[in-house]
Parts: sequence; structure tokens; C-alpha cells
Amino acid sequence: MTIQEAKFQYLLRLGDSSLIIGHRLSEWCGSGPILEEDIALINIALDFVGNATAILGYAATVEGNGRTEDDLAFLRSEREFRNLLITEQPNGDYASTITRQFLYDVYTYYLYEALKSSKDETIAALAEKSHKEITYHLRHTTEWMYRLGDGTEESHERMQNAMNDLWMFTGELFDMDEVDATLIKEGIAPDLNTIKEKWEAHVKPVIAEATLQIPSYNFKQKGSREGKHSEHLGFLLAEMQSVHRSFPGAKW
Amino acid sequence: MEDEKKLAAFEAKIAAGNKIEPKDWMPEAYRKQLIRMMSQHAHSEIVGMLPEGNWITRAPNLRRKAILLAKVQDEAGHGLYLYSATETLGIDRTELLEQLHTGKAKYSSIFNYPTLTWADIGAIGWLVDGAAIMNQTALARGSYGPYSRAMVRICKEESFHNRQGYEIMMHLAQGTPEQKAMAQDALNRWWWPSIMMLGPSDDQSPNSEQLMRWKVKMESNDAIRQRFIDRTVPQADFIGLSIPDKDLKFDEASGHYEHGPINWEEFFEVIKGNGPCNAKRLKARSDADKKGRWVRDAAMAYAEKKKLKAA
Repeated sequence: MTIQEAKFQYLLRLGDSSLIIGHRLSEWCGSGPILEEDIALINIALDFVGNATAILGYAATVEGNGRTEDDLAFLRSEREFRNLLITEQPNGDYASTITRQFLYDVYTYYLYEALKSSKDETIAALAEKSHKEITYHLRHTTEWMYRLGDGTEESHERMQNAMNDLWMFTGELFDMDEVDATLIKEGIAPDLNTIKEKWEAHVKPVIAEATLQIPSYNFKQKGSREGKHSEHLGFLLAEMQSVHRSFPGAKW
Repeated sequence: MEDEKKLAAFEAKIAAGNKIEPKDWMPEAYRKQLIRMMSQHAHSEIVGMLPEGNWITRAPNLRRKAILLAKVQDEAGHGLYLYSATETLGIDRTELLEQLHTGKAKYSSIFNYPTLTWADIGAIGWLVDGAAIMNQTALARGSYGPYSRAMVRICKEESFHNRQGYEIMMHLAQGTPEQKAMAQDALNRWWWPSIMMLGPSDDQSPNSEQLMRWKVKMESNDAIRQRFIDRTVPQADFIGLSIPDKDLKFDEASGHYEHGPINWEEFFEVIKGNGPCNAKRLKARSDADKKGRWVRDAAMAYAEKKKLKAA
């Protein structure tokens, strides 16, 4: 695997994850539990879409086949997407959305922190910008972890259910393959084992303080590295790509 | 006697071009009218998020998606800002929202029309925000401090919204035949509702001399409508779209466009609740409120626990 091939794959993983979780958050538009949260969710969705645009744009440049960020976002199909499985999970109730977001925010917090010192200058610059945004995202979701986990009996139960449902998607956050190996060697991407240690050290005390339990099962879902997704992604893409694909070649 | 003196001072202050602030004395009619107008405006912002939110997940490219997200975030922000401004008149947001959910309070009739294609997002920015700006720049000169300041700020953002809407329409009008047809169809559907959203014509809505004197209302509906039409018709011409009004013509003598008859029956039906989306919009808002109750309860309970721990 060449460095260029590895970089392209790696950028798709980052960019697709941002695009898909941004899409999920944008689905909340107008139905948030309180107006302040509507604003927060749209704002965070916007950060993710901005991040996805920049990263997929760079992926297209690295690929060098004349594709654009829009081609990558709107003209690839399910099996070509490389977003993490957790990002495509449906919003569910607010407990699910917050739990999904928290588990993912802690991950991107440490991942992008490490990417700030990537030997690839473009990746380092993009990570620098995104990390500032992620810091706010994480503060927002952490506060809600406490409020909902340690709020009322109902909110606690909903949060525990969400944790039970979503924990199985956290394993593959740290899966590494040839893509990672190639980039780690070049100092372009971090070793995910180190991210995993930081992630665990961060999520465990928050989950405990939110009076929640980490599920006892050891089973973990995986597959996004090879484009094997849950059934949810197909519907998400069908919706996201519908206008773009209905008018081939049109400019907007 | 006391009140008459206060009223005279209140009116003198307004006549001198000064703003009325929350703690100033004001007549009950003034307070009521402002609560009605400001909350209606706030409700319009948050109900208005629905027809536009309908297209965020399907925006045709990443740039359009980002712009639309930013725009809808602005609307939510306007809603919050306006609810807060309304609260300065001694009513809280929960009560205002209850008035919305029970149908006691109104919101702009325009948001009871559906967004059927992507071009509708262009039409809303161009026409609906365009019409709203006409009204709001006038209201920015109004006498109530918090509302007039809110209007100044909101108008700045609305003019971006208006431009991005026109830009969407321009791209469509210059695009493929299908895109151009989509733009024309959106204009056909949104033109008349946009004209109507500025309110009944002056003969059906006599402007209270008092509200004008108190600078609650600044201009008549027809005057604002005329300004909107005069500004918008040349914009349609410029991008090669036609206004769906066969009677529309430019009157050299007055320098204004004359428009054909407005279907006020449709307007009053929509106001009454019989528009295409009234039930859907209200249900979406009140469902969100109900679905969010446990979240708000949890946040309150947690804050209480924290307070107890700190004590």
C-alpha cells in the first residue's frame, strides 16, 4: 500500500464519520427538547459538515483523479463509505443522541489532538481547527451526560439503555489495519492504542459520575474499515444523495 | 389623573424619538400589543425552521448544506432572542410556547405552505425573507427598546438569508432546463403567499392611529407590500423568471408596479388554520415539546441536586 493510498483511505474515514454524524445531528432540526439545544445541535452539525467538506476536499486532492468533495459525498454508495458504525446509528431519543455523541466526542478529542502533530501539514492544520470545535462539543455532551444520567429516574433509565445499545460500537474506534500501519510509520497518523488508553481513562469516570454502568458484555461490532455498515446507512445515503443524484452534472 | 400624567410623559418620550425600556411605565394596551407582535415573531422564527429543516438532509451539495444549516441556526437564534425580548414585558417563555401550542398565538401564515423541492429553499430566502426584511427594517425604528434593537440585529442576518436565497434561484435559473423549471415552479407557488404574508390590505386592516403614534406599527401593510414588489420584480426579470401575475405592470407615473387582485380568501383560510401545513407544523412543535419534557425535567432535577450538594 502506498502512502498516497493509505492517506486517501484514512481521510475518507475521518471525513465520512464527520459527514454522517453531522447528518444525524441535523435530523434533530426543529425537534430538540428545548430551543437552546436546537441551536447547539445545529451548530455542532454545522461544524461536522464543515470539517467533512475540508477533509473530503483534501481526500479528493490526495486521490488526484479529478473528483471533488461533493463527488465523494454524493456519488459513492454504501460499501464505499468508511464512517464509523457509531456515527450512523439512528438518533433515537435524546439520551441515545447524547450518549452516541459523548462516546464519539471523547474519541475525536484525543484523535484530533494527536493529528495536530501529524507530519502531513494539511492534516495538522485541519486538526488544529477542528480540535477547538471538538473541545466545545465535548463540554456540551459531558454536561448532558451528567444531567441525564443523574437527573430523574426516567432519564437515568433512558441513558443506561442508550449506553447498553451503543457500547458495542466503541470497539472498532480503535481497530487498526494496513492503512494505519503505513501512516503511523510516516508520522502522519497516531497509533490508536494510545488513543484508546486516553479514551478509556476519560469516559470511565464521566460514566461513573453520571451514575451509569458500562455494559458487562464484551461483544463489539466492527466492519466500517471495510465498508461493512449497519442497515441504517443505506437509508441515510438515499436521503442525503437524492437531489444530487437526480440531476446528474447539475451545478447548485 | 396619575395615569394621565404618565401617559402624557410616555407619549412625549416616543414623540421625541426616545425608546421605551422594560422598567419604564407603559400603557397596558402598548404592553399587550407588543407581547402579541413580538411573540408572534418569535413563534414564526421557530416554526419557520421546519419547512427549511425539511431540506437540510437533502441539500444538493456540501456548501448548500452548510449555508442552510447556518441559516436555520440563525432563525433559532432569532427565536431565542425574541422570546427573551418578549420576556422583558413580564411574560415567560413557557407561557408563550403554551399559547403557540394551543393555537392561541399565531405565527406567520407563510410557514403553513410546504417546501416541495430544493428550489423552495431558494424561494423562501429570496421572497419570504425578502418580505420579512421590508417589515422588520420598519420595525427597527419602533419605540420599544428591546424589540427595536432585536430588529436591527436580526435584519443584518436576514439580508444574508435573502441573498443566499436569491443566489440559489440564480444558479437554478442558469442551470439545466429541469433546474430552471424547478425555480419557476417555486416562484409560482411562493409569490402570492409572500405578498400576502405582509398582512391584509389597508382597507381591511385600518391602522390604529394610536399604534402608529406609539410607534408600535410603523408603516401600513400595503406600503410595505408595494416596496417589496418594487424591489423583487426587477430581480426576477434579471434572472429570467416570471412573476405569476398576468396583471402586473409598471406604472410610469407613480414609479411603482401595479399588481393583480390578491386572493384574500386563501389568506384568511390559512390564518384560520386551513392552510396545507397548519396541523403538521403545530403538531411538530408540540410533539417536540412533549418529547423533550423528560429532558427538561432531568436538567431541573440535576440542577436541584447540585444546589443541595453545594449547600
